[in-house]
Amino acid sequence: MTISEVQDSIIEEFSLFDDWMDKYNLLIDMGKELPVIDPKFKVKDFLIEGCQSKVWLHPDYDGKIITFTADSDAIITRGIVALLIKVFSNRTPEEIISTDLYFIEKIGLRQNLSPTRSNGLLSMVRQMKLYALAFNAKSN
Amino acid sequence: MKDIAEIRADFPILNRKVYDKPLVYFDNGATTQKPQCVIDAVTEVYTTYNANIHRGVHFLSDMSSEAYENAREKARSFINAGKREEVVFTSGTTGSINGIAFSFGERYIKPGDEIIISHLEHHANIVPWQMMCERKGAVLRVIPINDTGEIILEEYLKMLSSKTRLVSVTQVSNALGTVLPVNEIIAAAHSVNVPVLIDGAQGIQHGVVNMKTMDCDFYVFSGHKIYGPTGIGILYGKEKWLSELPPFQGGGDMVDKVTFEKTTYNELPFKFEAGTMNFTGAIGMARALDYVNSIGKEDIAVREKELLSYATEKLSGINGLKIYGNSVRKIPIISFLLKDIHQYDAGMILDKMGIAVRTGTHCAQPVMDRYGIDGTIRASICFYNTKEEIDTLVVGIEKVISMFA
Ligand SMILES: Cc1ncc(COP(=O)(O)O)c(C=O)c1O
Repeated sequence: MTISEVQDSIIEEFSLFDDWMDKYNLLIDMGKELPVIDPKFKVKDFLIEGCQSKVWLHPDYDGKIITFTADSDAIITRGIVALLIKVFSNRTPEEIISTDLYFIEKIGLRQNLSPTRSNGLLSMVRQMKLYALAFNAKSN
Repeated sequence: MKDIAEIRADFPILNRKVYDKPLVYFDNGATTQKPQCVIDAVTEVYTTYNANIHRGVHFLSDMSSEAYENAREKARSFINAGKREEVVFTSGTTGSINGIAFSFGERYIKPGDEIIISHLEHHANIVPWQMMCERKGAVLRVIPINDTGEIILEEYLKMLSSKTRLVSVTQVSNALGTVLPVNEIIAAAHSVNVPVLIDGAQGIQHGVVNMKTMDCDFYVFSGHKIYGPTGIGILYGKEKWLSELPPFQGGGDMVDKVTFEKTTYNELPFKFEAGTMNFTGAIGMARALDYVNSIGKEDIAVREKELLSYATEKLSGINGLKIYGNSVRKIPIISFLLKDIHQYDAGMILDKMGIAVRTGTHCAQPVMDRYGIDGTIRASICFYNTKEEIDTLVVGIEKVISMFA
């Protein structure tokens, strides 16, 4: 699947529910599928600032694609990270850098997270892109 | 006292819905809602007599200047301060504390001097003193707290010394709701000639505050936490201090004579009011103080006490819920955590049910550190809240538990 196809499938999945409680339950379930991060990466270096809850994100670059693993101490946040990982993990740095993220808007995630929380979401996206930029620079 | 339906009718926002559910507003510690009379007062300024104060000779300027000075008188009388010269308008609690920290530091502080605060302070009563200590080479001392969330008075008494220059403590903890023994704190400091600043941000709206009997040297609060507009607050200071302290801001209105060689300052309280003040906010805040008086400060305190004990009882009954801050002297703030559930998850779901609570550290990180936690869920209640709303919160918490446990 292309990144756009992944985004579209997330949008479709969320569109099945009208009620935000149900959407949260979906997010909670998605959090359970989050690829587990090695405990040794749950340290300050991999902590993302700007979230109300703690988020650890670890990138693994094999020279071609970046694989992300992550965790959060809050379950809803874990669901949000899981969504981002679905979109961004196992992609090349170029793909990650050039992706236009539209699914967040479309599933109503941004409006349903207050500004400070949505900043947390933006920090996660920014951090993923920063890793991609760094790996890209290294391999060029 | 007005009945609860009448009181709630005074606050138009309490009628609204969020996500199609009736709003349950339990974030009064962060800011309070405004009664219609306050909204009207602000509208009235802009629709009938808006003009800069203390400047024009024209009719409107006279009118706004008079309304502004009347607002000062209202604030003076509300806290029973001795003189209007002792009542300075500021942008709020934060503005007031920063101002005093700067001026007091410039005037009195030398390397090695000590400032005492408590472990319960809001960042607004920590950071300005840290900045001042850094500038002046002074030392910040912190009164510890016990597990109940009360300051340990004996430790404070031991801390007071010939090096102490100022004590600055909150009247009420915004994170836990604890009411501090300010009278004892002030008396002990005064016995060694040390002045005391009281942060009244969470104290002013929950009871009777009287400068004559409290006898603190400085008292500060924010209009928006006592049903008034944002961006306005009070710095009360005893005249003997305010006349000695240098201004913390320079500009128009605060001066007497300005030449490029030297400027002499205006008399009190104008010396501390540089630039165009938030006169609209001051007038709105005065209306809010009138409103509180019309409901009755004692009656508000009685009603809030009742709500606090009802909420404490109901919440304590929930399995896995732990309340932080269990002093017998509290205002209706309940800070809590649910076993194995992140406060952020809980806050998000409560929000979806129309319940506004605050989650996080409440700008009081040291308090959270003291308990070894990242934050809490805080329900801060006030007199316009109801027992039914507390029941709704209980239902909401049970829903959260069923979703995450
Ligand atoms: C105890 C305490 N002090 C100071 C402040 C700061 O007030 P403001 O943001 O209105 O300046 C607050 C507000 O949350 C508070 O609760």
